[in-house]
Amino acid sequence: MSRLPPALLIGAALSGVFLAVALLSLVWIPHPITGVSIATRLQPPSGTHWLGTDQLGRDLLSMLMVGAQTSIAVALIAVGIGVALGVPLGLAAAASRGSPLDEIIMRGNDLIFAFPSLVIAILITARYGPSATNAILAIGIFNIPVFARVARGGALPLWTLDYILAARTAGKGKLRISVEHVLPNLMNLLIVQATIQFSLGILAEAALSYVGLGAQPPTPSWGRMLAEAQTMIYTHPMLAVLPGLAIVLMVLGLNLMGDGLRDALDPRLRRGRG
Amino acid sequence: MISLDRLSLSIHGTPILRAVTLKITPGEIFGLVGESGSGKSMTALALMGLLPRGAETTGAARLDGTDLLTLSEPDLCRLRGSDIAMIFQEPMTALNPVQTIGDQVAETLTIHGKAKGAQARRIARDRLDRVGLSHVALDRYPHELSGGQRQRVCIAAAIALHPRLLIADEPTTALDVTTQAQILDLLKDLVAEEGMSLLVITHDLAVVADMADCIAVMNRGEIVETGPTAQVLAERRHPYTRALFAASSHAPDRAPQGAPEPLLAVESVHRHYPGPRQGFRRGPPVEAVKGVSFELHKGESLGLVGESGCGKSTLTRAILGLDPVQGGDIRLFGRSIVPVMPPELRAGIQVVFQDPYGSFNPRWRVERLVAEPFHLLTDAPKGEDRRARVAEALRAVHLSPDDMAKYPHEFSGGQRQRIAIARALITRPRILVLDEAVSALDVSVRARILDLLAELQDAFGLSYLFISHDLTVVRAITDRVLVMQSGEIVEEGPTEAVFDAPAHPYTRQLLAAAPRLPDLTEAQA
Repeated sequence: MSRLPPALLIGAALSGVFLAVALLSLVWIPHPITGVSIATRLQPPSGTHWLGTDQLGRDLLSMLMVGAQTSIAVALIAVGIGVALGVPLGLAAAASRGSPLDEIIMRGNDLIFAFPSLVIAILITARYGPSATNAILAIGIFNIPVFARVARGGALPLWTLDYILAARTAGKGKLRISVEHVLPNLMNLLIVQATIQFSLGILAEAALSYVGLGAQPPTPSWGRMLAEAQTMIYTHPMLAVLPGLAIVLMVLGLNLMGDGLRDALDPRLRRGRG
Repeated sequence: MISLDRLSLSIHGTPILRAVTLKITPGEIFGLVGESGSGKSMTALALMGLLPRGAETTGAARLDGTDLLTLSEPDLCRLRGSDIAMIFQEPMTALNPVQTIGDQVAETLTIHGKAKGAQARRIARDRLDRVGLSHVALDRYPHELSGGQRQRVCIAAAIALHPRLLIADEPTTALDVTTQAQILDLLKDLVAEEGMSLLVITHDLAVVADMADCIAVMNRGEIVETGPTAQVLAERRHPYTRALFAASSHAPDRAPQGAPEPLLAVESVHRHYPGPRQGFRRGPPVEAVKGVSFELHKGESLGLVGESGCGKSTLTRAILGLDPVQGGDIRLFGRSIVPVMPPELRAGIQVVFQDPYGSFNPRWRVERLVAEPFHLLTDAPKGEDRRARVAEALRAVHLSPDDMAKYPHEFSGGQRQRIAIARALITRPRILVLDEAVSALDVSVRARILDLLAELQDAFGLSYLFISHDLTVVRAITDRVLVMQSGEIVEEGPTEAVFDAPAHPYTRQLLAAAPRLPDLTEAQA
């Protein structure tokens, strides 16, 4: 890989900045975000508050930094759930292609696919109340069929290859072949899909928080910041623009990285680029 | 008149062609013969102006005095398809799968503005009729046709505008022998009728031996010998031509086998596939293998010959215990492997596949690849022992133990096939199933692998089940042969006897279709 695609570099840089900011917020933020200070509410950007303050006098930059933490944590764990459950299901379906197990797994997938993550979130919230954990669950459940399908789709052509046949003549079982031969050769596909699902997770978290089904106060979240700012959109537009911009840039960065990774990892596309 | 005048080509500084000079007169069939990497396909691409980026040329490629190398892309576009047309090896990928065959033939006409709409379709119909597809409707899609029919569609599209030169790059390599013979006949007829020139590019001397007027033999970017076909074949002045000729009909020396002792017995085996889905039901099952019986003896080479779709691969998978059978019995070393193969028997039967590229997990090193079948042994060697066994297997196939640390992509096709054989030998099996194991290799590489197989058979007392569609190879390496057609064995017997006096009409048909080099022992005398 002598030349990396520019999309990958830009995307990785953007995502890297947000990740660094989120990690930084674990140890340091300019101002504490739990203290409400009505006296310093709705201030414009200044030396002490670089991006100004919100309607409760909290430092906007600090809120955005901790918000990045929430977004990334929710999306990351949700992708983790999708990978941890979806990939084994997909591999099992591919290994037993055409069998009742394959049918059950794939029709189960269709069933989950039929419910958007928002509907799953509402269902979970209605039963267990809104929280960041429930948002993670809702997005995570939605990710399972995505990874199951990608894994199955990528594994099926591999199962027809001679080296899998050779492994079978070496007496290896389906589980072992799936782990030793199929999974490593699916990695490229899964990494790209994980990046894309990660960006969708950020969006879904923002959407769920926006409608009040995600992280609850006082945990800051980009989506809820947007929701709270919407009544003041004409008087203090920066309160809405900044979290909105954060969401856009983060998702853009991840999507560019996903595209770039696909180009860099797929040898056919790599050759096409010359 | 088409001519290449001292054409040299380099890509990013790597020389590919060196001063290639050839002349093709109208109505002539010109055979360009060479092995992979000889530059024969690049020569064709240079004529079409389809060279890859970074290509630098010197010399000239002339079509009636116009130097093709100096033409601009729009000028070349006008020329391609109308004056020079090309067909490729793989007729499935050369056709657009979502376009009907009628549209694809008509497209050539509309692009060059020679006809439109209904008229273009009428001409397309006419051309398809000409290539022998009169019974196939224009609105069929490529996947509905057989390989041979697809190649006919490609030819119809190529001759739609009556080009002056048709370039056929390995036009029959992906096809069965009988289909190959039909396609070659069609090309010959078209040349005679249309008065066009035909440049046939092939790795197989036999394909052009009885078809081409002139032959050029290419090696490492150079034409080493050229002239009228009969003369080149009779004189073989260049050592490479002689080597190529010897390799095509190479038969390794093999020691006679001992007394028959059956290792593998296949008894009226039936193998069905579930029928195609029809709504919620399935259609009647497809019978791929219908009651096949044979025996494989110790130290014997048994050939299994048939065309694609005859059921030989299905049968192979059943023998390897990879697929269940629906009837009959398979006995390996005296024990039945139906319905499930006992794991301890697996180590005794190993397999080498056709595709030297798909046979290995690309992420594994050779050591791990070759050692994979150790999984079958309960007392598999570990650590240094294991490395020693892998090294021994690599030496047996004439590779170096140092190759253990390399990845499969670092090897050539022939070397990979050696690694595949090493992997198959590592458990010291008694039977080796060779499933088209040399079909994807160049003739000279193939000859060396055949020698290796003969040597290994002697050294280890192996029995081979040699599955192939290539009759020359089967004749060279087997003692007995089975001929399979639509799931049944139609003829069996000692190889020489079957080849000299085939009893079944299908065997006769296969033998007649196989391209053969002329027997030059008499010609030389």
